[in-house]
Amino acid sequence: MKIIILAVQLLTFLLLSPLISGLISKLKNNLRMRKGQGVLQPYYNLFKLFSKEEVISETASWIYRVTPFVVFASTLTAALLIPLLALTSPLQYLGDFLALIFIFALGRFFLALAALDTSSAFGGMGASREMFISSLAEPVACLAAFVLALQFGSSNISLFSGMHPVLLSSLIAAIALLFVAIAETSRIPIDNQETHLELTMVHEAMVLEYSGKSLALLELSAAVKQMIWFLLIAQIIFPMQAMPFSAGIGMFFWLGWFCLRLIIIAVFVAVLEVSLAKMRLLRVVDYFGFAFLLSVVALVCAIIGV
Amino acid sequence: MDPLSLFFLSVIFLISFPSAVYSFGYLKNEASGKKQALALSLLVLFVAAMVWVVAARNLVVFLVAWEIMSLVSYFLVVFDSTQEKSVQAGTIYIVMTHLGTAFLVIAFLIMSKYAHAFDFASVKAACALMPEKTKNFVFICLFIGFGTKAGLVPLHIWLPFAHPQAPSHISAIMSGVMIKTAIYGIIRFVIMLLGVDSIWWGVWVLVFALISCLVGVVYALMEHDIKRLLAFHSVENIGIILLGVGLAMFFLSLHLYYLAVLSMIAGLYHLVNHAIFKGLLFLCSGSVYKATGTRDMEKLGGLIKNMPVTAACFLLGAMAISALPPLNGFVSEWLTLQAFFLGAGNVGSAGKLFLGVGAGLLALTSGLAAACFVKAFGIIFLAKPRSRQAQNAFEVSFSMKLAQVFLSLLTVVFGVASGVVIKLLAGICAFVLEVDATQMNFSLNNFVLSPQPGNALYLSPPLLALLIVVFGVFAFLAYTFFGNRKVRVFETWGCGYYKLDSRNEYTATAFSKAFRIAFSFFLLPYRKTQKIRESFYHVKSFSYETHTTPVFRKYFYDQILKIVFRSAKFGRRMQPGSIHLYLGYIFLTLLLLLVFMHKF
Repeated sequence: MKIIILAVQLLTFLLLSPLISGLISKLKNNLRMRKGQGVLQPYYNLFKLFSKEEVISETASWIYRVTPFVVFASTLTAALLIPLLALTSPLQYLGDFLALIFIFALGRFFLALAALDTSSAFGGMGASREMFISSLAEPVACLAAFVLALQFGSSNISLFSGMHPVLLSSLIAAIALLFVAIAETSRIPIDNQETHLELTMVHEAMVLEYSGKSLALLELSAAVKQMIWFLLIAQIIFPMQAMPFSAGIGMFFWLGWFCLRLIIIAVFVAVLEVSLAKMRLLRVVDYFGFAFLLSVVALVCAIIGV
Repeated sequence: MDPLSLFFLSVIFLISFPSAVYSFGYLKNEASGKKQALALSLLVLFVAAMVWVVAARNLVVFLVAWEIMSLVSYFLVVFDSTQEKSVQAGTIYIVMTHLGTAFLVIAFLIMSKYAHAFDFASVKAACALMPEKTKNFVFICLFIGFGTKAGLVPLHIWLPFAHPQAPSHISAIMSGVMIKTAIYGIIRFVIMLLGVDSIWWGVWVLVFALISCLVGVVYALMEHDIKRLLAFHSVENIGIILLGVGLAMFFLSLHLYYLAVLSMIAGLYHLVNHAIFKGLLFLCSGSVYKATGTRDMEKLGGLIKNMPVTAACFLLGAMAISALPPLNGFVSEWLTLQAFFLGAGNVGSAGKLFLGVGAGLLALTSGLAAACFVKAFGIIFLAKPRSRQAQNAFEVSFSMKLAQVFLSLLTVVFGVASGVVIKLLAGICAFVLEVDATQMNFSLNNFVLSPQPGNALYLSPPLLALLIVVFGVFAFLAYTFFGNRKVRVFETWGCGYYKLDSRNEYTATAFSKAFRIAFSFFLLPYRKTQKIRESFYHVKSFSYETHTTPVFRKYFYDQILKIVFRSAKFGRRMQPGSIHLYLGYIFLTLLLLLVFMHKF
């Protein structure tokens, strides 16, 4: 039974995550009064990349070749920390919220190294910026986790799931986490996925040299990572019950609510992206300073007990 | 030998043996035969002195051993005495270390005055009866004394000078083990002998530890000399270790014994881990120096092709120090963070706020450390070589590789086998804190850590490692057997330009630019540019340098030094060369001594 849940969870993440990216992209285009690409475009892209020839830089070492696998493997491992179908994650002995943060750091570390490996200045730029942004995001995520741990007893992610009252403190902590998630999924105002302009790109600059199947793996990992963050935030703000294992109307509602809360966050992110401009790199300090302050406010709320 | 001494003894030997093996290859062709013999005998003496320090059971014996350790390490710092820099570094080191020892002497004298003896057992009994104010004073003296040796900010000033100048295997021992004897001192004298009963002691240690973490890592980010970068990381990691120890003191004074043991485990665990990965990184940087003759990262690059073993070892060390799962640094940082998290449930409002912000700052430190080691590994080992020396580098000899591989395997073992390590550490910590730990469990079994049973908090490093490997292999298989299998090797895209060389690469200075600007309020960076013009329109050469202001040296130590020199100048007037005056001095001294005798 556990094995089945595990497999279903992994497949859900792998198959559903590109849809969220496609949805956000479609929404953004529609909000800008454009027709936009179809919701399924990310799948076509992955398929296309998988059947393309791969070009590898001649200066690249084994770090560059192994990075897509490390990123993919670490992201999938992180995906197992999230309770998706049941109230506890399938492998709850695996780790907690802090482990999740550190597992993402593993993938990022290798991606930044691979970016430096090709000796392209773009890669160096991307690596430098990504490490800068993520090092500032880490204290925000950690303090938000601290607040949640204070409310739920510990930083085990499974404890955040299920029907729980949404307190003000956890709501503010979730907003702080959303700040982190926007940076981690390389979205406006921190980064822009749609541009290949050297002045602005961060994540795109790191993966600039990748092509073919390696790029497909990296893009799929990015999509899974995004879904992990969205699910995590959804769990805190929109609590829901475990999946009822019976065919019928209950199951239907469960799936509806499950998708709806992801869609709500996706819409929010899309609206945010079209209504904001990208920040200058150094203003990221202010951005995360504000987010850290939000976490502190959440902590104060948690201490007061609201 | 009690468990604490045994623990430190094993750490000493764990790092010293590989370093000694490494030294055979490292010193070959580097120094004359006589000098090699001298190096080996000094190394043995150094290790013996450290063993003596942790084995001493008497204040005087401890002090003698401590002094021998300091002196021998001074000789090792100035080992390459032909270099002006080494001598200068040695001087700074010996002045600072004696300053620390002076504070220790004060503390020990007060302790022995109450005990009327020098052995630890009677000192401990006497300390229990010591008045509150004296106790606080002794604590401050001990903290300054050991803090100097540990390299705690603002007493860290000697560390970035001394560690880089010593031969690399000595740097590994100094950074990996010697500064840990100061942690031993704090645990032995403050926690075990003096006894913690004021909350502010723990808070004080925590505050200084947090400052050390941040200052160390920010300075390390700015550094492009490999060994100086590693030395600043020692400042940071000593901070993380002291966070564990400080939390233990904090919880102990609040009578939260379970949490105190947990924090102490986290601190000691990080101590072993730091010894392993910092030893490893110093050995690898020594290999890079041996192979290329430079420690300047801006002149390196592309070494992964010529030095694959050293590169792989450095990568493991870098991953461990950046707290990446499933290596050892990750487990101990996770435990330290959990000590913050779990402690918050048991303290008051102010305590919660303090612990929360502390945890956030620790996370910031680990994020910055990861950035720093992306820079270090990426610039040194990846991309194209930036100089001829780097291009002609060669892999180091077998004995050096052996030591590196041994230590890098340990980073994996201490990460994956954390369940076993924690059980061993729990016994030591219970002994240190005099708590009965037989009922305390910090792990479910050998594979799953569970810092607080009943809170459903788990971490399983072996499972993490297994899953990452399994998924990695799965992805690799999918990659190999599906889709288009055609792979072409071609030059890096260069915006349509061709023949881009290593001068177009990102540099270490450029990599850290964003950090330099973000932390400019503390680093106070300044730049020097120089244009040499042939005419108004034609610039012949252009040079650009950027530096950061060493804040502590400029605004703290230089000021003190100024005062010292000024007062020395003033004091020189005492010595005008007149024999009558000197006779007067002798008479005055005699008189004062007589009065002193009579009075006391």
